[in-house]
Amino acid sequence: MLELILQGCFCVVGLALLLNFYAAIRGPSVIDRLLALDTMYINSIALLLLYGIYLGISLNFEVALLIAMLGFVSTVAVCKFLLRGDIIE
Amino acid sequence: MSWLEWLVAVLVVAGSLFVLLGSVALVKLPDFYTRLHGPTKATTLGLGAIVIASMVYFNFIKEELSLQQLLIALFLFITAPITAHMLVKAALHLKLKTAEHTSGKQNADL
Amino acid sequence: MTSIKKWWPTPVRSLFLFLVWILLNNSVEFFHLFFGLVLAWLIPQLIYKFRLVQPGMKNPTAAIRYGLMVLWDIVVANLQVVKLVLGPNKRLRPAFIKVPLDLTDNLSITILASTVSLTPGTVSAEVLPLNASKDEQRFLLVHVLDLADEAELIRQVKQRYEAPLKEIF
Repeated sequence: MLELILQGCFCVVGLALLLNFYAAIRGPSVIDRLLALDTMYINSIALLLLYGIYLGISLNFEVALLIAMLGFVSTVAVCKFLLRGDIIE
Repeated sequence: MSWLEWLVAVLVVAGSLFVLLGSVALVKLPDFYTRLHGPTKATTLGLGAIVIASMVYFNFIKEELSLQQLLIALFLFITAPITAHMLVKAALHLKLKTAEHTSGKQNADL
Repeated sequence: MTSIKKWWPTPVRSLFLFLVWILLNNSVEFFHLFFGLVLAWLIPQLIYKFRLVQPGMKNPTAAIRYGLMVLWDIVVANLQVVKLVLGPNKRLRPAFIKVPLDLTDNLSITILASTVSLTPGTVSAEVLPLNASKDEQRFLLVHVLDLADEAELIRQVKQRYEAPLKEIF
């Protein structure tokens, strides 16, 4: 039963990822795309966690943590670039 | 199914619905500033619920001690507002258009 | 006492680093404990010269109460945002408002801005004016998704979030 519910949740989060993908393509500005990509990062973490529960493996939490850190740093770096035209001053 | 499994199921469903809501807000709302509201909050809350679900699952159902997920939740709850803040700063810097009926534009110097 | 200060310049931060290391490895084997201890000693040694001195917490119980209240607010107010997002776009009343700040030091303003961003309906955009001098009145620029009453919202932010922060720091 739990497996069935989890499969349903995969579909829901997958749909969310598709919507993000659409928002990233639609734009219209750079920052809209950036926001969509950042949301995509977070949603993929959610998907990884759900998959971890589904398989009963706790290994991919490290992967999720890495994705979280990379997503945060890259988003902030691009924002800095848009603000100043430079990342490290 | 035991009540713990039901708890996991409820949390997982609520979490993924909130994640979906964040993405729906991203697509549906009219301008960048309103769109930002969806991902920063609904998605963070959804992920928080999923993290709690997986902690309940691994610690009480599988009965293996695993607290790493706590780090993920902590990290996201700290970084989500910062990301949002940086995005708005960049948007204000580029003078992105707001929806027409936004009030108080003079406050933001738009 | 001086030797403690010398070897562990920031004890709380060291403890935090140690705990994070243990959580990352998810085990309490001797090797991990040892390596965590080494890191908790080494990292503050390397970086403490660069830190900006922040005010300490005056009132830890108030801090915990504040954290729980914010968590509860996040859950409750998210449910309101569900309604706003799923309703028609025309009914939204987005707005930029300025909240005058009584807080002066950077750490508490950062925490207030993060709280405002996490509680749904509001995102903090900017602390104005940029590069403010020390005793200039500062404002927090907030974007609101659906503004009903500006004065009421400002009052709520000040009373619910700013007042406890003043107690803590």
